[in-house]
Amino acid sequence: MNSLTILGALPLLGSAALFLLPRANELLAKRVALGVSTVVAVAGLAIAMNFDRSVTGFQLVEKYSWIPAFGINFGLGVDGMALLLILLALILTPIVILACWNEAEGSRWSVKTFFALLLILETMMIGVFAATDIFLFYLFFEAMLIPVYFLIGGYGSGERAAAAVKFLLYSLFGGLLMLASIIGLYVVSRDQLGAPTFDVTELQKLSLNNQTEAFLFLGFFIAFAIKAPLWPFHTWLPDAAKAATPGTSVLLLGVLDKVGTYGMIRFCLTLFPDASKQFGPTIIVLSLISIFYGAFLAIWQSNGDIKRLISYTSISHFGFITLGIFAFTAQGQSGSILYMVNHGFSTAALFLIAGWMIARRNSSKVQDFGGLQRVTPVLAWTFFIAGLSSLALPGLSSFVSEFLVLVGTFVRYPLAAVIGTLGIILAALYILIPVQRSLHGPVAPGNENLKDLNLREKIAIAPVIALIIFFGFFPQILLNVINPGAQASISALNIGPSTGGDK
Amino acid sequence: MPTPKIEYGILAPVLVVLAAAVLAVLVEAFVSRRYRYVVQTTLSFAAIALGLFTVILNKDVSGRFAEGSVAVDGVTIVLQGTILIFALLGLLLIAERGFQSFTAQASTLPGSADEQRALASGLQQTEVFPLTLFAVGGALLFPAANDLITLFVALEVLSLPLYLMAGLSQRRRLLSQEAGLKYFLLGAFSSAFFLFGSAFLYGYAGTTTFDGIKLQITTSPGNDLFLLVGLAMLTVGLLFKVSAAPFHSWTPDVYQGAPTPITAFMAAVTKVAAFGAFLRIFYTTIGGMVWTWRPIIIAISILTMAIGTIIAIAQKDVKRVLAYSAIAHSGFLLTGIVAFNKSGVGATLLYLLTYGFTTLGTFAIVTLVRDAGGEVTDLNRWSGLGKRSPLIAGIFTLFLLALAGIPLTSGFVGKFAIFSAAYESGNISVVIAGVLASAVAAFFYIRIVVLMYFNDPQEDGTSVVIPSPVTAITIGVCAVATLVLGVFPQPVINAVNSLAMFVAG
Repeated sequence: MNSLTILGALPLLGSAALFLLPRANELLAKRVALGVSTVVAVAGLAIAMNFDRSVTGFQLVEKYSWIPAFGINFGLGVDGMALLLILLALILTPIVILACWNEAEGSRWSVKTFFALLLILETMMIGVFAATDIFLFYLFFEAMLIPVYFLIGGYGSGERAAAAVKFLLYSLFGGLLMLASIIGLYVVSRDQLGAPTFDVTELQKLSLNNQTEAFLFLGFFIAFAIKAPLWPFHTWLPDAAKAATPGTSVLLLGVLDKVGTYGMIRFCLTLFPDASKQFGPTIIVLSLISIFYGAFLAIWQSNGDIKRLISYTSISHFGFITLGIFAFTAQGQSGSILYMVNHGFSTAALFLIAGWMIARRNSSKVQDFGGLQRVTPVLAWTFFIAGLSSLALPGLSSFVSEFLVLVGTFVRYPLAAVIGTLGIILAALYILIPVQRSLHGPVAPGNENLKDLNLREKIAIAPVIALIIFFGFFPQILLNVINPGAQASISALNIGPSTGGDK
Repeated sequence: MPTPKIEYGILAPVLVVLAAAVLAVLVEAFVSRRYRYVVQTTLSFAAIALGLFTVILNKDVSGRFAEGSVAVDGVTIVLQGTILIFALLGLLLIAERGFQSFTAQASTLPGSADEQRALASGLQQTEVFPLTLFAVGGALLFPAANDLITLFVALEVLSLPLYLMAGLSQRRRLLSQEAGLKYFLLGAFSSAFFLFGSAFLYGYAGTTTFDGIKLQITTSPGNDLFLLVGLAMLTVGLLFKVSAAPFHSWTPDVYQGAPTPITAFMAAVTKVAAFGAFLRIFYTTIGGMVWTWRPIIIAISILTMAIGTIIAIAQKDVKRVLAYSAIAHSGFLLTGIVAFNKSGVGATLLYLLTYGFTTLGTFAIVTLVRDAGGEVTDLNRWSGLGKRSPLIAGIFTLFLLALAGIPLTSGFVGKFAIFSAAYESGNISVVIAGVLASAVAAFFYIRIVVLMYFNDPQEDGTSVVIPSPVTAITIGVCAVATLVLGVFPQPVINAVNSLAMFVAG
């Protein structure tokens, strides 16, 4: 069974094909990219049908020896969390390609390279979530930076080069700290298990002393906190999101940043349970700061740049996700994983629509819009729904996840949950103020002749909106896949049922 | 007194190369100018190839030879093989005729009428070939030396030609000559230190052989003043050669001033030879004093990494950036010395192999970026190179990523091996420093990538010339090695680890 390898290789082959296409025929390149990514998405869904959700642990496992001297294997496999995040990436990629059909025109770099980079990125996203070998994970974690770097730097706007470099250096810095911990794991595993290994299941057998464990944990955690991003490691995100094209931002915030929170669950919690417990309360505090810091900055931006605003809301949302993860309850973790998926869709919708608004108006300032409801009703309504999903309105997908996170947190840290709940109120502010300013009220000067969404754009956004509503009413479909893994992860932590809180 | 016993077969790599060097001097004197280039290149390549062949024949040898003054063991074999491969690639760059890298006649004064005449007559000197062969011969002996005298002779045979070669540049001749002089003066100082240290060690042990010194250290432990002073001075000499801080200051000037093919040769070959000797002395001869020297080497390693990476950020000349990067890499390599364990030997050898290929490749590409006046090394004028010649910029990016230690390139494999060896020895401080320095270093490598891809090309006549086959082969080999060692390093790691053993005793 090489289904994951084949799935991952398909986009890469597609990108190779794109590079071979004539430079002039841009339309062909776009069609090939869309075709390949759609085929990959369908193939991914077909593979997901074979997933047995009653089983915990990895499925669709593949393992080949790669560099035996370092104990490195080419190991792939998925559990529920990884599967859902891969599917998120697979679904968002064709949508982004379709939605950003004309995004690469007029850039310094050729159009076909843009789509080739997106396909390369898709391969990396599949690989990073499917890797069961920490070294392989690290490889994808770092390699992922390169296409994103070129997507921001080559096709972005404004301070794109600076933003691309900032993004790259932050991530690289985190990655190198993780590397230090990986080297540590290599040495410890060789001493304790006889032969070095990077297999995530094997490594759980290690018994580390407190100091080593704390040290190794921090290497991983800081890398993931930068990626996620958690306050105070977040400053690269607004710059990157503002400079990148909307399509790149969707994949960046929607999928890539999830690697951080995914890594916390997959590696920090499972490999370093004691250190996780030790640092848990500190991380809960950081999460709360993130929730409020992101929310306040978003409110501050509610008359400013739309893309910055959306990225600040994401910082706030990532605060909720880490809150749920480090509450160490099954509900909390299920909620966080669900949140990762839902946040992917709602952010995708917000960014894509904001991108279309900006392209139509040639401005990214909230105050330049106004009265869009009258001029461009479809655009306005979809933006409205995406916004409501982002503020976690009941009936839309994010609500269930936010609710689970807070419930899961409440049983262990009641105070933190109560404080976190206040963040929801702020969410209403940072979504509703810009929505009101841009969509309602009198038509702002210069907006009279804006065009509503065309057919391509409608086709692109329809599945996202549909999924937001669908998962709002039927979250159980996702939770059935998530819960067994989350239960197992929490029981492996051996932390016992919630104690009612020391906080 | 019995006649000394010399094992010619085992010393063949050194002997072949040095004999060819002597022959090359005669060629220079007696062969007519028209055929000289052809004869010299044929002779040099044949000598290096034959040397490589004899190294392979020696691969199972382990022992002390030439009356104990030369140790040939797995480590020596790997180092000599590495040196010869890099020498071959370096020679390809030196043999490039299209670029006028070397001055037509080194004896003419820069800017004089003689110089003009030499240039106009299309002279292309060929002295560089015997000089290179001598340097290679010295480099081959350096890591094998098992005696302070042999070590010193090898050091001088390696260094003296390099001082000359550094001053041979055609472009910016004064700068080149200044670099040569600077290198010579500082090198002479370090040799003096080295020799002085050797004298102290002789005073301590009553012998110049490494085995004798080692025996003395193990039989009479305790910190003898002669031993400590001698070792300190010897180490200064070695640190100078590997351009470790605070003895690194010659590196940027010499790297910048020397003709680029020479810089490439020097950066790869000297580093391998010097670290080879470093390994032998610190791992075997004074291994018993590890608790004394380790803290010092840790401090120097961290200082070297810091200076190399931080000062590189402020550089505006690509050759100076690479020079500071070479300093930083010496810092990383010193962590392999700090490790002082079985993995440390293999890791250092592996790192030297990966680094040499990459650094040769980078300098080879530097020779291609030119305007009407010659090489363009001002970084600002490299902007937009990715647009103008995507292939060369792409390969250069690969090399930079390898220098930065990004996964799937050889640089990562080397770094991983060497840092894990240091971690294993419990010296986590150098690992953390190394990782942080890598993060800083990534910044200036990536700055060059940004410049090449995201900035607009400047209309000042800078262009990438189409490489001739010799340069193209070098770049190709280095690029393939950088990739293959990054993706499938297993066979090479196995080979190095199976050989990486010092002769017992």
